[in-house]
Amino acid sequence: MKQYLKNTWYGIWTVLIGMKITFKHLFTPAVTIQYPDVKVPLPERVRNRLYVNIDDCIGCDQCSRACPVNCIEIETVKSLPGENLGTTSNGKKKALWVTKFNIDIAKCCYCQLCVPPCPTECIYMTDVYEFSEFERDNLVYKFANLTEEEAVEKKSNYEKFQAEKEASRQVGAAASAKPETPVKTQQENKNE
Amino acid sequence: MYQFLFNLSGSEIIATIFTAAVILVFILLFVLFAVWFERKVSAHMQDRLGPMRVGWHGVLQTIADFVKMLQKEDIIATEADRKLYTIAPVLVFTGSFAAYAAIPFSSKLLGSEVEVGIFYLLAVSSFVVAGILMAGWSSNNKYSLLGAMRSAAQIVSYEIPTALVVLSIVMLTGTLSLEKISQLQTAYFWNWNIFGGPEFSLAKFLLIPFMFVGFLIIYISTLAEVNRTPFDIPEAESELVAGYFTEYCGMKWAMFMLSEYANMFAVSAIVTILFFGGYQSPFGYLGNSIGAEWLVPFEQAFWFIAKGIFFVFVQMWLRWTLPRLRVDQLMTVCWKYLIPYAFLNLIIVGFISLL
Amino acid sequence: MALKTETMILNMGPQHPSTHGVLRLELELDGELIVNVKPHIGYLHRCFEKHAEAMSYPQVIPYTDRMDYLASMYNNFGYVIAVEKLLGIQVPERVEYIRVIMGELQRIASHLVAIGTNGLDIGAFTPFLYLFRDREKILSLFEMTCGARLLYNYMWVGGLSHDIHPDFVRLTKEFINYFRPTITELNNLLTFNKIFIERTANIGVLPLDTAINYGVTGPSLRGSGLAFDIRKEDTYSIYDRFDFEIPVGQGLVGTVGDSWDRYYVRILEMEQSLRIIEQAIDQIPDGDVKAAIPKRIKPPKGTVYTRVENPRGELGYFIISDGNLNPFRVKVRAPSFVNLEVFGELCKGHLVADVIAILGSIDIVLGEVDR
Ligand code: SF4
Ligand code: SF4
Repeated sequence: MKQYLKNTWYGIWTVLIGMKITFKHLFTPAVTIQYPDVKVPLPERVRNRLYVNIDDCIGCDQCSRACPVNCIEIETVKSLPGENLGTTSNGKKKALWVTKFNIDIAKCCYCQLCVPPCPTECIYMTDVYEFSEFERDNLVYKFANLTEEEAVEKKSNYEKFQAEKEASRQVGAAASAKPETPVKTQQENKNE
Repeated sequence: MYQFLFNLSGSEIIATIFTAAVILVFILLFVLFAVWFERKVSAHMQDRLGPMRVGWHGVLQTIADFVKMLQKEDIIATEADRKLYTIAPVLVFTGSFAAYAAIPFSSKLLGSEVEVGIFYLLAVSSFVVAGILMAGWSSNNKYSLLGAMRSAAQIVSYEIPTALVVLSIVMLTGTLSLEKISQLQTAYFWNWNIFGGPEFSLAKFLLIPFMFVGFLIIYISTLAEVNRTPFDIPEAESELVAGYFTEYCGMKWAMFMLSEYANMFAVSAIVTILFFGGYQSPFGYLGNSIGAEWLVPFEQAFWFIAKGIFFVFVQMWLRWTLPRLRVDQLMTVCWKYLIPYAFLNLIIVGFISLL
Repeated sequence: MALKTETMILNMGPQHPSTHGVLRLELELDGELIVNVKPHIGYLHRCFEKHAEAMSYPQVIPYTDRMDYLASMYNNFGYVIAVEKLLGIQVPERVEYIRVIMGELQRIASHLVAIGTNGLDIGAFTPFLYLFRDREKILSLFEMTCGARLLYNYMWVGGLSHDIHPDFVRLTKEFINYFRPTITELNNLLTFNKIFIERTANIGVLPLDTAINYGVTGPSLRGSGLAFDIRKEDTYSIYDRFDFEIPVGQGLVGTVGDSWDRYYVRILEMEQSLRIIEQAIDQIPDGDVKAAIPKRIKPPKGTVYTRVENPRGELGYFIISDGNLNPFRVKVRAPSFVNLEVFGELCKGHLVADVIAILGSIDIVLGEVDR
């Protein structure tokens, strides 16, 4: 009987305590905000959409290799000896044409592993987080600043140059008759 | 009101339809308000803002939702029992709508002056069970079925403590008519039943604590009857997804919601009438003091709705504070706690009123 | 003549509001009584272990984040400790301190979700949102430090991805001061609420021997009354320098090892975590946050097993290295997975509603169960 009354009392009392707390909260200011109108200021280290400052990129492929999900696709073409590609902002000399620099943001997991390896600090995360798209293809961000024709041109230039070199070398070293294949694989490796 | 319209038009049908229409409009408006209100109350209790976009602080949110609901495709599961499935929401709503017929909003504004009003209310409000069972059964969904079974057991059990408390009030006032019960508690708030009724005697003071207990009991059990937390077991979203209306969508689902909110007000109205003076103002009427007699019924309606909404608010307040009970505990609360207390209360009130 | 009765199979999940993700439970019901429970897992399987074999050591870290996504920091923690052991390197003091602080903050954040969802499953919506509000504060601390709110990739082999923010120490202290009263509020609102006690006390009692036989660890084991905590038992990092207690279930309102005890152990643990943070936050030494390690991490041949006390129990990493850039094999002992096994045992003879309460009190994360 005593237990019974105690149960009743305890039941009512704890409910009242709870009600007191929620009532108090009725008048505390809300912690949520009206999102698209009001936005929380983001901290400076925030990790959102990637950006590549292509002018500084030397096409070294470090970022692509660090990425765990392979969402960075880089293609480069060697420049010809006479061409001047300029230097990056921290003074590195560029030697490769970046013909393709695609980041598939849909695949990216925002791990930021690609950022520290970059020798020129040209790939970094920005605070842009509203970039939803209806088409998944639109999430492939293309950073290369060469147009397609230019890219093709650079490629063919290089190939021509390579072929010429090859030809001259073959002429020059016809006697020693170097095997062709190893040279080619080496090139491919470099190109990748 | 029915009488007034009957005199005016001379036709029963017109009078009935018109009265029903007024009440229906009231219910719809109330539901529009209550849904928004519940969202706001819950939001602010949880340190949120709630709907803010449609209209000032989202007041029109419910209307927007209603429009959305209208556009929804009406899906009926292939294996569902189509007839019962379609009737169920209508039946549920009818049950809660019919209850409004006997509720006196003010001395003039009431659907029908049933002499046995309070019993009518109790009877009609359990009409809902049939609809719920139908919904649960016809959906052909195990969750719905479990929800419906729970609901039936719950509503039927909780009728008993409600009836016992109602009995004690009936004993005290000697009438079954809601209108008369309200009339008796006239003038100032110390005449309300919760403060021992209008008669000024020793019994009045003795009654106060027991009336208070009675009020608690009836409030808790009506809470259970309308399936509100902590007794929202039939629709416990974390266990049964949505209980008996899991399979419903669009307007049919809206009907269930409509009747749920309508019921909330109906039971609050019962509590108000029985214990808090019904439509009586707590401080006398402005209309009487400035000599505008016609104002009184409107004031009464205002007080009645205000009181009703206050109790609806308390229901919401409880809902957003408490976890929910389990099925067997629900029955324990009813049979082992509420009913014995209600009985004891009834006997004591009986003795005191003999004094 | 008795009527013929049969049991009903109720399929709970994978799409169900309270199976905490995509767990599917096959309940055999007699009325509402549970006759049998069969959990079906694997809906969230993402081949973590196989993936890890194709990744270099640092690249695995973002994947560990995604196992127990409520305690990513701690998953990083366990993994980097394992790799560092394999490499045989020591990390700077500063790193150790920051790791411990982050780990304990993460423990609080994770327990907040566990407690909140446990309450939510029982129908208390409001405490859940209060707890999420507090968790957001911790996540903001993380965001300030490493830029991410959920999947941090913060602890790297041989160090950290970022040093702490200059404001971090101050804000963490503010958080501690803010958070203590909210625990009291939570206790008043939910823990000692009569209905909550009724729902969880004596429900899903896990006797100690069963718990040990099933290999249950973490708060679920401690709820059954055994003070087993890897932070003390098999100290890693610098946990031996701090003074903290291991709360165990005492059956305050019911039997030892019931759902309420498991729940309450988490609350007490949050307080202990606060204590650890308080001790650590003032002692963070100056220094670098990266040990001198080669750019390409290439551990020698060998195997290593490390275990850490994840918010859910013993998180173990077993790594085999064949001397290459990629691990040859990474095996994870996931606490949620092991703890889930005892679930069927706990549910027998209870009601449908209790299944939810028990599942909430075991606190599984499906990302970790399925990996
Ligand atoms: S953030 Fe991570 S996933 Fe995204 S591109 Fe960089 S390395 Fe790849
Ligand atoms: S690491 Fe930097 S420089 Fe190298 S390819 Fe990537 S973005 Fe360009």
